[in-house]
Amino acid sequence: MKLADSNENMPDSNRILHHLSDFPALNQKINGHQLVYLDSAASSQPPSCVIDAIAEYERNDHANVHRGVHTLSHRATEVYENSRDKVVSFINAKSRNEIVFTRGTTESINLIAQSFSRSSLKKGDKIIITHLEHHSNIVPWQLVCEQTGAKLEIAAIDETGEVNSQALINMLDDKVKLLAISHVSNALGTINPIEKWISVARDRHIPTLIDGAQAVPHMSVDVQELDCDFYAFSGHKMLGPTGIGILYGKEEHLDKMPPWQGGGDMILEVRFSGTTYNELPYKFEAGTPNISGAVGLGAAISYLQDIGMDRIKTHEKEILAYMTAELKKIDGLRLIGTAKKKASVQSFLLDDIHPHDIGTILDNQGIAIRTGHHCAMPVMEYFNISGTARASLGLYNNKTDIDRLIESIGIAKKIFN
Amino acid sequence: MESMSTSGDELRDLYRELILDHARNPRHFGRLENPSHQAEGINPLCGDKLKIYLDIDSKNTITDACFEGSGCAISVASASLLVETIINFNTGQVAKYFSAIIASLTNTEKQAGIDLGKLKALEGVKEFPTRVKCATLAWHTLNAAIKKQHRTVTTE
Repeated sequence: MKLADSNENMPDSNRILHHLSDFPALNQKINGHQLVYLDSAASSQPPSCVIDAIAEYERNDHANVHRGVHTLSHRATEVYENSRDKVVSFINAKSRNEIVFTRGTTESINLIAQSFSRSSLKKGDKIIITHLEHHSNIVPWQLVCEQTGAKLEIAAIDETGEVNSQALINMLDDKVKLLAISHVSNALGTINPIEKWISVARDRHIPTLIDGAQAVPHMSVDVQELDCDFYAFSGHKMLGPTGIGILYGKEEHLDKMPPWQGGGDMILEVRFSGTTYNELPYKFEAGTPNISGAVGLGAAISYLQDIGMDRIKTHEKEILAYMTAELKKIDGLRLIGTAKKKASVQSFLLDDIHPHDIGTILDNQGIAIRTGHHCAMPVMEYFNISGTARASLGLYNNKTDIDRLIESIGIAKKIFN
Repeated sequence: MESMSTSGDELRDLYRELILDHARNPRHFGRLENPSHQAEGINPLCGDKLKIYLDIDSKNTITDACFEGSGCAISVASASLLVETIINFNTGQVAKYFSAIIASLTNTEKQAGIDLGKLKALEGVKEFPTRVKCATLAWHTLNAAIKKQHRTVTTE
């Protein structure tokens, strides 16, 4: 990796675009057209350094971790734990005991639901989420509510896709045992004012869980500054591989929580008369973990840190503003999600063309967007639509990509005139 | 992988005039009063939803048919063309058409002896593997209705 630091005065956007060649998958033609990838909210493209780190591990260091005295096992353990340390620094956790490797955001949230919440919820207790949530921050709570008799309550949104902040705060009474909220909405891109909500929740002794899957790739996140109790995110939305994710949890909670899954690595001693559990964070990492995934995630973090999250944020903000402005100019195009503070994402509808037809026509022109309900069916229900077309940005997108998007939307309009 | 085509030819082949016409103005759209057979189909990935209502007489002839639902241009046009085609068919004919249309949409071997007529307009989806399910949803739903399967049909 090298930074384009030859010209310190270069605008942020141009600096970042020097990194375009780092992403091999972006350098291809789709249906005869140069690929424009506008689906990073679903999964981002990995840079070469991530692909190489995984290949290097598999070629030279592959073994099981925390087991065995041989050299490869030692190396595998080292690279795996080194990635944990990178996560600690990336989100500014207090200690490595607070970083649990999971399969992704979904598993992180399920872990909290089944360990932290299930062991403590009683009938009449409440969990609060917002109407913006991804299914992965809805269904785990529905399950644990069924299991415990607790109730799931939903904070309302308005037609711009913003949560009614005061209404949410008013919901935080003494029956609430968890506030589980997205940092950034995956369907609409809304950045929620989680700092304020966490602070009120803290005053009222309500623990908070933040679904940060759509935030971590686009802005710097400091869990100590946020002072949330739990923060979950995924590797593959932040230039890393799939199948690896993070659960950050304050040590005081993780310590008290019962293990979620049982197996190897999460134990100290197993006897048929009883088992003692391993220390943090291993208590929550049963079985052989996704070692190569962790290695890839570590490489992705180094890559992001080398560029700098603030620089990425500035660049993406500029491209998002450009994309939204250009989309607005199109006759018959309706923006879905117009919150004041947004990151990466713009959902839209075009005339009465079904989003899938838009998606197919754009793909034919080499443009990759997501179409459908984006695993946020309640959001679609709120807007009384079955789905949207969604263009979402990564640090590798530029204004030319947006021009291509706009041009292709013109072709869709022509076909359906 | 790079496709051979650099033009929108496949697009025009997918969104033929007949398809767009049926998508905009679906035929036999609505429900039957007391259908002898009915089924629901959904495409969970797209959110396409379809209900097919049939009147089948004692000789296994489809005397009337309707559909309702929402979806993309391909799924609505496919349902509209399907219903238009199968009225007055007997269920044996439907089975033959079902095999023929699935074969023609998935590029497998052609069924001999069946002229798909207007349904051929759907053949453009062959070049769009992610859209084949949109075109076949109506046919799977029809099949479920005839067989009186009560479970909702899904494309997954």
